[in-house]
Amino acid sequence: MTAIHVNQLTKAYKLYPSAWARLKEWLPFSSAANHELKWVINDISFSVEAGESLGIIGLNGAGKSTLLKMITGTTQPTSGSIGLAGQVVALLELGMGFHPDFTGRQNVYMSGQLLGMSQAEIDQLMPSIEAFAEIGDYIDQAVRIYSSGMQMRLAFSIATAKRPDILIIDEALSVGDAYFQHKSFDRIRQFRQQGSTLLLVSHDKAAIQAICDRAILLDSGRIAMEGQPEEVMDFYNAMIAERENETVSLNTRADGKIQTSSGTGEATIADVQLLNNDKELIEVGDVGQKVNLTIDVDINEDIDELVLGFVIKDRLGLPVFGTNTHHLKQHLHELKQGEKIHYQFDFDLNIGEGSYSIAIALHTADTHLVKNYQWRDLAYVFTIINVNKEQFVGVAWLPPEMRCTRD
Amino acid sequence: MFNRIINNSRIAALWQYRTFILASVRREFQLKYQNSILGALWTVLNPLAMIVIYTVIFSQVMKAKLPENDSIYAYSVYLCAGIIAWGLFSEIIGRCQNLFLENANVLKKLSFPRLTLPIIVVLSALLNFSIIGGIFLAFLVLTGQLVGWSILYVIPVLAIQLLFAIGLGMSLGILNVFFRDVGHLFTIVMQFWFWLTPIVYPSAILPDIVRSIIMTWNPMAAIIAAYQTIFVYGTPPDWNSLIIPLISGFAVLFLGLHLYRKHAHEIVDEL
Repeated sequence: MTAIHVNQLTKAYKLYPSAWARLKEWLPFSSAANHELKWVINDISFSVEAGESLGIIGLNGAGKSTLLKMITGTTQPTSGSIGLAGQVVALLELGMGFHPDFTGRQNVYMSGQLLGMSQAEIDQLMPSIEAFAEIGDYIDQAVRIYSSGMQMRLAFSIATAKRPDILIIDEALSVGDAYFQHKSFDRIRQFRQQGSTLLLVSHDKAAIQAICDRAILLDSGRIAMEGQPEEVMDFYNAMIAERENETVSLNTRADGKIQTSSGTGEATIADVQLLNNDKELIEVGDVGQKVNLTIDVDINEDIDELVLGFVIKDRLGLPVFGTNTHHLKQHLHELKQGEKIHYQFDFDLNIGEGSYSIAIALHTADTHLVKNYQWRDLAYVFTIINVNKEQFVGVAWLPPEMRCTRD
Repeated sequence: MFNRIINNSRIAALWQYRTFILASVRREFQLKYQNSILGALWTVLNPLAMIVIYTVIFSQVMKAKLPENDSIYAYSVYLCAGIIAWGLFSEIIGRCQNLFLENANVLKKLSFPRLTLPIIVVLSALLNFSIIGGIFLAFLVLTGQLVGWSILYVIPVLAIQLLFAIGLGMSLGILNVFFRDVGHLFTIVMQFWFWLTPIVYPSAILPDIVRSIIMTWNPMAAIIAAYQTIFVYGTPPDWNSLIIPLISGFAVLFLGLHLYRKHAHEIVDEL
């Protein structure tokens, strides 16, 4: 079943040169349109199956918020349609609508009523809202003395007091302390397991990758890319890095994964190898194994500075470990066209079982955001298995020395 | 399979939000007196002071009397009836014209039936009106001025007044979102309007020609005059004089609904 169906949606804001122009247009019998249309959403179509969760990412001004507002119904589309199956709750901005002079409890009632709940329903949900927010006696104090974190806790508790069929979240989870973030993520995960459809807008890569099945990248009101969260996120990161005169290319690897590569190209990655002690390529490694990461770089034009960075990512695209030659104090300067650089990194693969990839970037300074010669995701893919260590779970191998005493 | 929440019929949606409407009215009332020691007593003290002042100044100090009425309280009753009725009108207009601007934050973030907002304003205004009206009635009983069952004539007059106030208020509220001048302009208009309506002065002091223009073309003049007739003389108002207010009421209400239908979807974009 389709939970959210967005069909050829467009949204344009009317821009009038002056208030007089609008007045002229409003007068009866005037046919002339005095406004320009500013298109913020341009023919977007997608659908989300019930129980699926979709991440929406994009630069500021890409149209994410407008899209969400149309889906929640606070603003109307210029053309196209939106179909929603079931009840929708949107966390567009937590804590809005709280009245500072009323107590937390009174505000819970007001917010609940704004969501269309009845008095009896809120009475019934009140204990669980209080318990989830964990703000103690503050619930009976005026909201004006709350910290923003407390307001956030209470607002989240109200909005998610009942499991909605469709939950829409806009960046809301980035506020609050780590403890409550975990707690709210858990609740969202529970809702997902119980069948709620989720729409999440975020810049937070980890959030998108941890929760979403699929992601959409919006750019200037259009869908620039749709696919697996890690693929879309990689493309998005590349997009941030190269806003000018750089090319972003997507290649489908032999294993079906989509690889993003981008950069201005003054320096390029020639070869990437992960080798064992016998100088053999590793595709499957053992926990704790000593390895050697070899990266060959071609210098295509004279450049002042070169930093190489690599990140080992897990199956979901979350970084496991990453560093660069800036942090390792091995900056290279004054590189000449035609030079070949040969980097070697030796380390122990103290990571858990699973599939990993290595992303590599050639840039200046300490991040790829200043100048990006080349960025390549999924430059190398390998799998770790546990051959001879005690069984353990997780992404890190932290062998404990255990002692235990019995009196 | 798909049902958008807002596509449910408007009335049904409003009914679902009845708890919100009633609770908002209660909250507004509470909010006014939240941090005061005497609390809701202020609701009573304010109008009481007004009645006492007008009675003392006009009936005792200035010995003002209405033409053709000898009662020392008559002028005070005349004044209070007019001012209380005008108060209801100006409260609805004043709050409606800033309705969407004041609630911009909620309107932009939450999807709920927009029409709950004017309903809350009108119910709040009616609550204040009935408190003040109740004190006024108590004053009439105490001074022996109560006019008996003729007080029920107030109901149709009140209905016409509400129709006119809601229609005008809604139209101004929507226009004010797009043309902020409307709010400023109407603050001035309301002052002129108050003095162009026989409230503090009897219409008899006006030259005939001015009076006939005002009484015919100012819908509020006829409405206020109806209240004054009911309370001062205990007779039914001149029903014919209320035809123009009734028609104007429907006219502004249709204007308001037309503007709402045509521009409601742009309101949020403009806030």
